[in-house]
Amino acid sequence: MEEILSVKNIRKSYGDITVLDDVSLNVSTGEVVVIVGPSGCGKSTFLRCLNGLEEIQEGQVILDGKVIDTEKDDLFSIRERIGMVFQSYELFPHLSVMQNLLLAPVKVKKRNKKEAEAQAQELLERVGLLSKKDSFPRQLSGGQKQRVAIIRALMMHPEILLLDEITAALDPEMVREVLEVVLDLAKEGRTMIIVTHELAFARAVADRMIFIDGGKIVEEGTPEEFFDDPKTDRLKRFLHSFLYED
Amino acid sequence: MGFEVLLKGSNLIRLLEGLAVALKISLISVAISIVLGTILGVIMSMDNKVIKGITRVYLEIVRIMPQLVLLFIVYFGATKVMGINISAEASSVIVFSFWGIAEMSDLVRGALKGIPAIQYESGIALGLSPVQTNIYVIIPQVIRRLIPLSINLITRMIKTTSLIMMIGIVEVLKVGQQIIEANRNSSPNAAFGVFLTIFVLYFIACWPISRFSKYLERKWET
Repeated sequence: MEEILSVKNIRKSYGDITVLDDVSLNVSTGEVVVIVGPSGCGKSTFLRCLNGLEEIQEGQVILDGKVIDTEKDDLFSIRERIGMVFQSYELFPHLSVMQNLLLAPVKVKKRNKKEAEAQAQELLERVGLLSKKDSFPRQLSGGQKQRVAIIRALMMHPEILLLDEITAALDPEMVREVLEVVLDLAKEGRTMIIVTHELAFARAVADRMIFIDGGKIVEEGTPEEFFDDPKTDRLKRFLHSFLYED
Repeated sequence: MGFEVLLKGSNLIRLLEGLAVALKISLISVAISIVLGTILGVIMSMDNKVIKGITRVYLEIVRIMPQLVLLFIVYFGATKVMGINISAEASSVIVFSFWGIAEMSDLVRGALKGIPAIQYESGIALGLSPVQTNIYVIIPQVIRRLIPLSINLITRMIKTTSLIMMIGIVEVLKVGQQIIEANRNSSPNAAFGVFLTIFVLYFIACWPISRFSKYLERKWET
């Protein structure tokens, strides 16, 4: 498969604290990569480095064969191509659902409003929220907000979607409705890099699993190898912490 | 009841003129406070240590010092010490702006700080430029937070103009006193009627403003 994103030896630190240490990763078109790891291991920072929300000290992020230069302002076009969904949804509270969906397509891509609206309706329909198109974010549940946030990112036709712990702030009964949307996206062949704590979901959606600890990729592999036959002690311990055995 | 004095001569017109003086001074001060206070608030939210120190001292002075004392310092003090002659009206505008800028800047700073940084990132992550993110995402939210608070400040400033008669400005309260004094023998109850009228005048001046604020709050709540 064609390689769309390539991360080469990136290093990121805040002062003396190294958050990411020589991390490399290649992602092919249509691939779903799931990153897990203990809190504070650098996995969210890793995602934020990919779309330039965090500056990297060393290394390269290569999108579609072109090295991203954070010094230049081609970051905007990068962010159009790499969509991101946050843990805390971050819908714009002063705008209705429809306005949230249309803002970036109309202002950034200069798309025709009617045509963008038609697409927004279609996406809302798909995630079962068409009736909420004129609601404001505060009138939605967490799960509904997160579904809107996902399709808001999709409105920009991103080539890659970054999902940063998108169910971590949700009540347990709302997790599923959001993850089903993501599974659906995976099925249609969307390229995604997902950070999550939902291991069962990770196993279901991932083409490749990655375990980050202490700012380094400690282990990676197919979901089967990863969950059933972990190689490193650290991953074994991590996976074990999710089990409740007598 | 003492209302009859209002109908004598041009008393009611004089009261209204007095109100106009009070409103003029407060509205000029409000306009200055909103513009300069907003600019200062934006500067304050940049977290520069030196600016933080200076503005904290400024805010504390404004909060601790009664407005009347400030009025006396500027009007009587400045004239004597610095030998400059500031008119009573100019002194009032200076003092009210000094107060208003401080309060407004603190409101703006609070509103800006209240918007989580990740809202900004969320706009950026969608491909909006920093300028677009500010225009479409951040500023509308800041304004919505700011309006009820700043309207509260505006009505407080209008009310507090009743102090300016202490430095000799003939505003509505002073006119009221003059009317009461002049009619002490013919209408001994004039105090009640006149002050009640002044109460109503202040209410008419401030009420629409606070209704407008309520309206906006409700409109934006949905």
